[in-house]
Amino acid sequence: MSDTATNDPSSVGIVEQHQATLFDNGEPLTLDCGKSLSPVQVAYETYGTLNADASNAIIICHALSGNAHAAGRHTAEDRKPGWWDQYIGPGKPFDTDYFFIISSNNLGGCNGTTGPSSIDPETGKQFGLNFPIITIADIARLQKALVDHLGIKTLLATAGGSMGGMIALQWALDYPEFVPGCVIIASTPRLTAQNIAFNAVARQAIMADPNFNNGDYYDGDGPTNGLAIARMMAHITYLSEKGLDKKFGRRMQNPQTTGSSFDQDFAVESYLRYQGSSFVTKFDANTYLYITKAMDQFDPFPDPETTAKRLEKVNSRIMVMSFDTDWRFNTAHSKDLVKILNWHNKNVSFEEFTSPHGHDAFLMKSPDYQQSLASFLLRLYQDFVIESTTKKNKDNR
Amino acid sequence: MPTLRVDLEVIANLVDNNSRILDLGCGDGLLLDYLLRHKGGNGFGVELDHKGVHTCISRGLPVYQGDIDQGLSDHHDDAFDYVILSQTLQATRRPRFVVQEMLRVGKRVIVSFPNFAYWRVRFGLFLTGRMPRTKVLPHRWYDTPNIHMCSIKDFKEMCDSMEINIIRQLPLAASGGMDSDLVHSQLIGKLPNATANLLAPLAIFLLERRSK
Repeated sequence: MSDTATNDPSSVGIVEQHQATLFDNGEPLTLDCGKSLSPVQVAYETYGTLNADASNAIIICHALSGNAHAAGRHTAEDRKPGWWDQYIGPGKPFDTDYFFIISSNNLGGCNGTTGPSSIDPETGKQFGLNFPIITIADIARLQKALVDHLGIKTLLATAGGSMGGMIALQWALDYPEFVPGCVIIASTPRLTAQNIAFNAVARQAIMADPNFNNGDYYDGDGPTNGLAIARMMAHITYLSEKGLDKKFGRRMQNPQTTGSSFDQDFAVESYLRYQGSSFVTKFDANTYLYITKAMDQFDPFPDPETTAKRLEKVNSRIMVMSFDTDWRFNTAHSKDLVKILNWHNKNVSFEEFTSPHGHDAFLMKSPDYQQSLASFLLRLYQDFVIESTTKKNKDNR
Repeated sequence: MPTLRVDLEVIANLVDNNSRILDLGCGDGLLLDYLLRHKGGNGFGVELDHKGVHTCISRGLPVYQGDIDQGLSDHHDDAFDYVILSQTLQATRRPRFVVQEMLRVGKRVIVSFPNFAYWRVRFGLFLTGRMPRTKVLPHRWYDTPNIHMCSIKDFKEMCDSMEINIIRQLPLAASGGMDSDLVHSQLIGKLPNATANLLAPLAIFLLERRSK
């Protein structure tokens, strides 16, 4: 394993996680809810090299359960690479031979960025439910502060799948002059009642756990059962019926069992149980509550007036992608977004891909998707990096 | 300047500068690319095939992957200055409805289609007793995408029944894809209307609604 990790020419190899401390009492991070945070810790990783005029940076936005570790391995012994390793690296769509990729843990997260499990400087204890309510715009705001901190004047693109797509879109709305390109994959301009319902059940599972203790559980085990159930349920919505059936069918985990008792598992039950129990070791239940709430609240285009106002200055070349078996944010969600953007004469492309993998398809290998993503990004590079360099050289002459 | 297929070049000449364009069935985006780059227009293409969509993306063109029906229903009235449908009308399920929708979302509509009354088509059927196959219509009957063929006469009749103004009609003496710029430049526009239905393998129409 370690050999493959270090020798694979299409891997970014061994990577390091960085930590930035942003904002202070004089200049705190002001949130949509009116409250503020300071200082704010941000965990981030970068892949590739920032070019001389800092024009080749792309920020990758992660989904609900993601983190800053998007590509490569922290040590040669790591069993798995980062969550989007299939798409980040030399020769891959987010080609590190061309682009400087930034990936940070979202605000409210639990993997190095300030969130409900961080220490509240006022009490010296974990925030828990005293953490302020955050929005997708707040998450983008913190990313913007990180990008400023890295000395980058303008990004080449923002990109993300699922909730990451919402953050990528938020960038294009809030910092239009900053985002020439925007890639929104398997995402949505707003959650439907069904989507909110899924999140609501997940939150209920966490809060109904006897160990939840109103979010103040950091001294004990915490609501591990509730969080595991929330994750198991959500995980089903990330896969397709076809995909699950192909992988497990009606297979028994142990073929010797007859399936006549409650602990004799179908393979799919055992798989879900594993997903749930491994999730609770690396994820904070309060973060799950806060982040799903931020997704539920996301609605940048609630009415025609607001929509027109929000889109007025938007100038990005936007790519919207969806997958035919995704039923968490199905193609209709993407088409809704494209329709809104087209009504306002925005530069938007849309493509739907065939995949057996459901919502998770954006993480999986797929030639059509891979090719379109690569071409879109490369074209941005040609139009905004090479062109601007050529122009500058001409001006200097 | 890229060289365009004959019919695409004629279409490009019908489009005013700085227009908002919807190119239905845009294929690899050659026409759209030309219109956006050289005529200062904006807009996007609609294409079902991934290969075409992918080429458009590589060219930096906005493209919507989907069928023509969806490509039309998503837009408000008069959203575009021009809606273009090049050699695809005959492959749609409901051509009359498509033309109607195009005229709803577009102020002007450009349609090109193979003329089924072209003499080679007529003689093909007459002499061989088989479904005609020509350069413009190369498919066999069982695998042709062209399910709604019409002649220039038929098309004009439909326009009339739909209260559509024909602003220009351009029967082409040369078909798209053929290396025949010379023939094209000599004959284009010189065909009298009466003979066009017999002599033109391809026709281009510029349309608008009669009552605004």
